[in-house]
Parts: sequence; C-alpha cells; structure tokens
Amino acid sequence: MCLQESLSNVYYVSSKTINKLIQVHDRIFCCIAGSLADAQAVTKAAKFQISFHSIQMESPPLVKAAASVLKELCYNNKEELQAGFITAGWDRKKGPQVYTVALGGMLLSQPFTIGGSGSTYIYGYADAKYKPDMSKEECLQFATNALALAMGRDNVSGGVAHLVVITEEGVEHVVIPGDKLPKFHNE
Amino acid sequence: MTSYDLSASTFSPDGRVFQVEYAMKAVENSSTAIGIRCKDGVVFGVEKLVLSKLYEQGSNKRIFNVDRHVGMAVAGLLADARSLSEVAREEASNFRSNYGHNIPLKYLSERVAMYVHAYTLYSAVRPFGCSFIFGSYDQDDGPQLYMVDPSGISFGYWGCAIGKAKQAAKTEIEKLQMKDMTCRELVKEVAKIIYIVHDEVKDKAFELELSWVGEVTNGKHELVPKDIRVEAEKYAKEKTEDGSSTL
Repeated sequence: MCLQESLSNVYYVSSKTINKLIQVHDRIFCCIAGSLADAQAVTKAAKFQISFHSIQMESPPLVKAAASVLKELCYNNKEELQAGFITAGWDRKKGPQVYTVALGGMLLSQPFTIGGSGSTYIYGYADAKYKPDMSKEECLQFATNALALAMGRDNVSGGVAHLVVITEEGVEHVVIPGDKLPKFHNE
Repeated sequence: MTSYDLSASTFSPDGRVFQVEYAMKAVENSSTAIGIRCKDGVVFGVEKLVLSKLYEQGSNKRIFNVDRHVGMAVAGLLADARSLSEVAREEASNFRSNYGHNIPLKYLSERVAMYVHAYTLYSAVRPFGCSFIFGSYDQDDGPQLYMVDPSGISFGYWGCAIGKAKQAAKTEIEKLQMKDMTCRELVKEVAKIIYIVHDEVKDKAFELELSWVGEVTNGKHELVPKDIRVEAEKYAKEKTEDGSSTL
C-alpha cells in the first residue's frame, strides 16, 4: 500500500507530511482519500467496530469484514460523507487482498487499485506495468514508480511517499521523501 | 419447594432456578430430534409425531433454514422455536450485512443463546420452552454442530439429541464412529436411530424429517432428497425389524 502525503484546501497546500495510511487492525490498513475530516472520523469508528468484532470472534478479522464495516458506514451516511478508501491487508483465510470502498459505499475486490486526485495520471502506467504474483521488491518498485509519476504531474500531490508492506509475518513501513523518489522524463 | 418456582427471577435455597428447569421439562415432552456431525457435513433427523390424519404431509416442520449454510432442528414448544428461528435469521442476516461473509456457527449459536438467556432473568417473561441444534458447513471451518437449551448455554458437539428419547438416542449415537463417516452413510444411520427410539406403543404414527448440509450439498442446508430419504427409511426399517426391541 502506498500513499503520497499532501493535504490541500482550495488555495494552498496545508501539509506535505500527513499520514493517510491508517491501521485498522494488526494486518489491515486503510488508504484514505476525499475529505480527510470525514475519512478520519469514519476510520476511527471502523477501527473500534473491527476491534470489537475481532475480540468477539476470538480471531483476527477478515480483510473483507473490515472493508464491509467501512462500506456500511459510507453507504448508510452517504449524504453527509465525502470519503473513499482502499482497504488492504492479510488474513488467514484468503491471504493478501485489496478492496476499494468508493464514495457512495460501493465495495469491490480487486487485484490492485489506485485512487486519489493524482491517480488519473497513472491509470495507463498501472494497467501496463501491473502483473499478478509479483515479488515484494517488484511490488515496492511498481508502487514507488506509480507514486513518483503521479506526484510529478498532479499539482496537489507531492511531499512524502508512505509505503506499508503487510505479510503474515508482520508490517513494514517505508517512507521516501519527495526528492529521493525515482526520476522520470516529466521532470 | 413452593414459592421458589413462581418466577425466573427467584433462586431456590439450594441454588436452582426452577422456571428454567421446568422449561427444560417442556422440551422433554416433545418428540426426539438428533443432529450428528461427520467428516464432511452435518445430518439432522426429527421424529415428527403425526397427531391427526388430517394433517398435510410435510406440515409442521421441525427443521428450519437459518441462512443458506445453517440449519436448525428443534424440540419443545414449536411456537417458541419458530420465534427463535426468526431471531437466528436476523442475527445471521445482520452479520452478513455488516461483515460481508457467512456467519460462523459458534458466533451465531452464542448470540442466540445470549438471547434465550435474557429471558431467564426476569419475572415479567417466561423462559423459552425449546432446545435447538444448529448445524452448518463451511469450506474453511468444515462441519459444525451446536446445541442451545432453555437455560441459554450453547455447546459444540459431534452428536447430540433433544426431546423425549434423548438418552436412548445418545446411547445409539455414541456407538457411531462419526468422524470417519460421510454424509451419505450417516443419513442412513440417523434414520435408523430415529426408528429405534420411536415408541410404537405410546406414539403411533410419525414422519421422519431428514435434512443435511455438507460437501454433498455444496454447503447449502436442505431437506434430504426424496429418493435418499426413502432409501434411508428402508434401511432403518430393516434394521429395526431385525428382532431388536423398541424402547
């Protein structure tokens, strides 16, 4: 999972270093997009519900269950909210999974997905360069390149690139400041 | 012992809640239901006593579908059981709505048991007069069998029986090596046990209600198809007419 950290409000970029990767459980993370206030409120509620669910089930939650909790919150409050999520993680039943929860509350399982304002510039790159069953290093390279390209073209994207690698064994954070990202011809 | 049994909110001096015990007696007045878990599924068998020739065949079902993958066999007050089957259905449906996948049977049975238990705490209501057996099959967790009784506790089983002949049925169930059997083999044995425990003298006519859920049904709980049921009943009749006495 990876995210570029930039928060803007109409006229200026208010922060280049905020964290948009929220951990909702030991092996499940959420990328947030849209109104960050809404997204933060929703993930806070979801984190609580997922934690309670996991304790009741006496086992770690399924990634699908976590995504469903977010979906219910987004769908049932669609009039008031403007937040979208990418939920991804690992569970014992199906292994690594990626789910998109769109603005109105649509839940979709996908092999990979992109989102946010900068994503419009990298649909071509992502579709061309993605292949199934990549290794961890290939995945990291794919994600870093995608981010670098998006941040290079989108004026409200930029700052720091934040990546998280989730496996059965654990969670690894990778942070790459903007100037250390791979360089492409668009510079 | 008088006056300690008037409401569920009173303990007796020797630490019993009589109303709950009386509710369990109501279950024992009902005809027998059994559930057995095998290698690749769960089979339910119910001895459905036919009180009148005017009843349509297959009416007054004692086995319910709670969700696609969960079945429920009941004994006791049928009206209480029907109301609780709706409770179980709502729990399963809400779970699927919130979490996007099939409800695990252990969790469903605990939720329903908690509901049943709530009715044993107050004098304004009476406890539910029914026990039920839940069974399910799931690709990852395999077959599961849980029983809930009027006191509101739930346990997991490989085989269990409720109703008037539960002791005799349990004895028969214990003779089986269910962990090594498949659903197809088990269906015949379940039919045989119901025929064995049926009392020809006290209760005349009965209908055998058989259902199963497992790999054989692709994880869907349903009544056993007619041809398999007929074959199972034939096997059961042969085995019980072999000179073995009914109890």
